[in-house]
Amino acid sequence: MATARAFTAYASSALGGPEWLRRRREEAFSRWEAAGLPSQSEEVWRYSRIDELDLDAYSPVPPGTAAMDPDTLPCGDAFPGSAALVWSHDAQVTHVELGDELASKGVVVGTVLAGPPGGNAAAAGEIAEEHYGTAAPPRDGLGNLAGAFVDDVVVVSIPDGVVIDSPIVVVHWGSASQEPSLGSNAIFPRTLIVAGTNSKATVVEISTSAPWGAVGTRLLVVPVTEVVVAANAHLDYVSLQDLGPHDWQIAHQASTVGRDARFTSFTTALGADYARVRTDSKAVAPGAETRLFAAYFGTGTQMHDFRTLQDHAAPHTKSDLYFKGAVADEARSVYSGLIRICKGAVRSVAFQENRNLVLSEGAHADSVPNLDIQENDVRCSHASAVGPVDPDQRYYLESRGVPPEEAEQLVVEGFFDDIVARAPGVPAVRAMIHQKVTAKLKEKF
Amino acid sequence: MTLGGAVLQVAGLRARVDGSDAEILRGVDIEVPAGQVVAIMGPNGSGKSTLGHVLMGRPGYTVTGGTASINGEDLLAMPTYRRAQAGLFLAHQYPIEVPGVPLDRALARAMSARAGVGVRSRPAVAAALAAEIASMGMDPRFVDWPLNVDLSGGEKKRNETVQIGVLKPRIAVLDEIDSGLDVDALAVVAARIAEATREWGLGVLAITHYNRLLTYLPATTVHVMAHGQIVDSGGPDLALSLEESGYQGYE
Repeated sequence: MATARAFTAYASSALGGPEWLRRRREEAFSRWEAAGLPSQSEEVWRYSRIDELDLDAYSPVPPGTAAMDPDTLPCGDAFPGSAALVWSHDAQVTHVELGDELASKGVVVGTVLAGPPGGNAAAAGEIAEEHYGTAAPPRDGLGNLAGAFVDDVVVVSIPDGVVIDSPIVVVHWGSASQEPSLGSNAIFPRTLIVAGTNSKATVVEISTSAPWGAVGTRLLVVPVTEVVVAANAHLDYVSLQDLGPHDWQIAHQASTVGRDARFTSFTTALGADYARVRTDSKAVAPGAETRLFAAYFGTGTQMHDFRTLQDHAAPHTKSDLYFKGAVADEARSVYSGLIRICKGAVRSVAFQENRNLVLSEGAHADSVPNLDIQENDVRCSHASAVGPVDPDQRYYLESRGVPPEEAEQLVVEGFFDDIVARAPGVPAVRAMIHQKVTAKLKEKF
Repeated sequence: MTLGGAVLQVAGLRARVDGSDAEILRGVDIEVPAGQVVAIMGPNGSGKSTLGHVLMGRPGYTVTGGTASINGEDLLAMPTYRRAQAGLFLAHQYPIEVPGVPLDRALARAMSARAGVGVRSRPAVAAALAAEIASMGMDPRFVDWPLNVDLSGGEKKRNETVQIGVLKPRIAVLDEIDSGLDVDALAVVAARIAEATREWGLGVLAITHYNRLLTYLPATTVHVMAHGQIVDSGGPDLALSLEESGYQGYE
């Protein structure tokens, strides 16, 4: 029976951690009990597959059950040059690496339950208590669920003035339930990134599931990542979603960007059966700049679903969004994005562009850009496109002697190379994204 | 010096645009011998560019009569990429932008796909492109620049010419390669193509409005096209007289 591990108040309260985190869970659980799951009749869930979600098929992972021998990390060498590494198994952090040099500069890479290795164990908890929920207050039923069943919080904090060139890598690995009779695992990874004044860093989050064993996964992953970028900081954030073909992901990425700070986000969505990412970025002080990029490619019956908010709450702020994706076979994608220029955010500049390639007749992409402008002296534009490979582009390549199938492949590769080239961070980050996208394209070409 | 008699032969070629009954080409006869430049001049709307696209096999046109062959091979029976592999090159009037596809990658694919040539590696193609680009006084960044993206009109035309030097086709159809080029760039482009006629016997079908191109790229034969037909033919003098009198006599 699933009841022993269902989404109950008891299961929520059995999770550990400091008093403030327990209180947050209780509050989230009360909201969850009152509101429950959202439905597709709500505008923000239109075009989604939320009505298909059967929570009874999932159960939360009991605390302290995940285990991982660090020597057998399936992709421990994925980032030989990483500045720090966090390994989270079923949203329970099992392994953290942080060099002494960074630790001595006050960099915190750790978790609320375990603290950073070799550092101040209380630091991660204090940072988390201060910032938890500030960038991503729960917006809907899934946010409530994530808040009620979050196990641990990964904390990455870069102190004022510290510059780190190599990426800090956080790997979230989900596995099949060890007790299949209890249903599939539902996991709630939570990450908090705080970039201090004048700091500079790159954080890479990888969400993947276990193809290594014989058992495929049917995970429900509900990650929440909050990014707080202080004045004049440059924070680059890269997320790569490479989940298994039966997994579901409903993610929330939210950032607040301070005075003259710059936040760049690059999201890559390749895996999962249904994967939704809600991206909110709020410019909270003059001079803040946000750049949001995404690349996605769905095959089979996959669906990738993006909701974005470029929120300008201060004057002289800038945001630039460029999302590109393709759908093949019977795959679907949704892009729905809003630029909001609040009253008083004069001289703000915002761009939004979404381009979709539809590679099969059975595939479908929706693109819904929106503007909500409450101020006059601003500059905004949006563009969206949905369609097959441009026949003129194919003709140009064929006129050079490239056969039609290869011409289409070249155009599609180029379509993605164009967006991957904009990924921030060191070249190794772009190389990783490029390698994953290329591997996915090989399924089709 | 020529590598054999690659000849473009077009006879009685008729074609229309899909969805329209009107013929744009109404029986065109043209021959381009190896190593020679044949010019086609004529007013806007005479069918000059259509001829280039019909020879290359652009979707959207239907051939309604006549023949076209390269080196004896029936062009009209082949898909576009096979026409290119058989030695036909079209320098596009409006080269298409293909974001994210670098020139060297595209040409390496094109050359590797040719039967009997074997795989041409991208570095080998890049080296050939670099030499070609340097000889035309262009910036080395063009070697792996995404196809035509954000290039000026003149850069696009030079970029087309560079591809002739690397692909070494038997016949190059130049669709208004002189448009968008300033005089200095025109001289460089024309000199490279003239050199190719001697270097490997490239045959050129030069579609243009102006005699200016032909002062740098001398033609042995000049045809005047109007209403989808060749209405006059002659030597270089014909181009000169058109420069003075215009096309009124042919409208």
